[in-house]
Amino acid sequence: MLTIAFALVFFYAPNDADQGFIFKIFYVHVPMAIVALFGFVAGAVFAALHLRSQDSKWDMRSYVTIHISVILAVGVLVTGSIWARASWGHWWIWDEPMLVSFLIVFLLYATYWPLRFSIEDKEKQSRYASVFAIVAGAFVPLNFAAVRMAESFTHPQTATTTTSAPPSVTLTFLVALAGMTLLFITLCKYEMASKHATFRLRALRRRLAGDEDELALNGRSAAPQL
Amino acid sequence: MPALPLDAAGKYVAAAYLAFLALLLIYVAIMASKLSRIEREVVELAELVEGQQDDAGHRTRQKERVG
Repeated sequence: MLTIAFALVFFYAPNDADQGFIFKIFYVHVPMAIVALFGFVAGAVFAALHLRSQDSKWDMRSYVTIHISVILAVGVLVTGSIWARASWGHWWIWDEPMLVSFLIVFLLYATYWPLRFSIEDKEKQSRYASVFAIVAGAFVPLNFAAVRMAESFTHPQTATTTTSAPPSVTLTFLVALAGMTLLFITLCKYEMASKHATFRLRALRRRLAGDEDELALNGRSAAPQL
Repeated sequence: MPALPLDAAGKYVAAAYLAFLALLLIYVAIMASKLSRIEREVVELAELVEGQQDDAGHRTRQKERVG
């Protein structure tokens, strides 16, 4: 899907009248940002389900979605910075609300792992991490709405760009968004399968070694226990 | 700011797409190393289980001889 999207970007979508060829960055930067932000919100929803059901599988899902979203957020910051350099002549502009707010969201989520790692008790760790994920997840749409309401027209707005754009731009953007969403889901499943395999192996090793002391064998970890 | 000419804009577009690709490749490489560690652990566990089964078989044979 992403390959199709990128083929459409370079062979089908026209160059932007204002930004020219640079506008091609839009098709990787914006879908990545949207998926990362939705990933953070999904992490909050999973965390709420964890607090409600006390089922560790929701904590694991919340952890993994936040993990992949943070990786995508790194990509958003890097591609956004390249786009800013090409269109504004600067790598970073501190008085641009969209950029700074995304950086704040990224830095907020960067504290998720230190928070988990700092709590030794696994039950407390998952509970506090879920509370953090809910609060931070609620902050994401609020932050985004605040930026939208801010009177700044320097940063290209996705909704206005896609609604007033020719159908070829909208179609390419939608295919890129679908591709990025599928990539996100695939990476989440991949990460989840890896975590499940690791925990099952550790549990098996503990059982075979007859060792009940989990911390002594595995050491401290930020990852949730299943 | 006016739109950059294609030769100047091309390097920025290439850099953005390569950054995305690099990020994906780094992630896949990290996951591959994790997978190989899991594979090593599976081999270790299989050896441990075989060792325990051999020990159990040896003890059973000794009991049969004594009996």
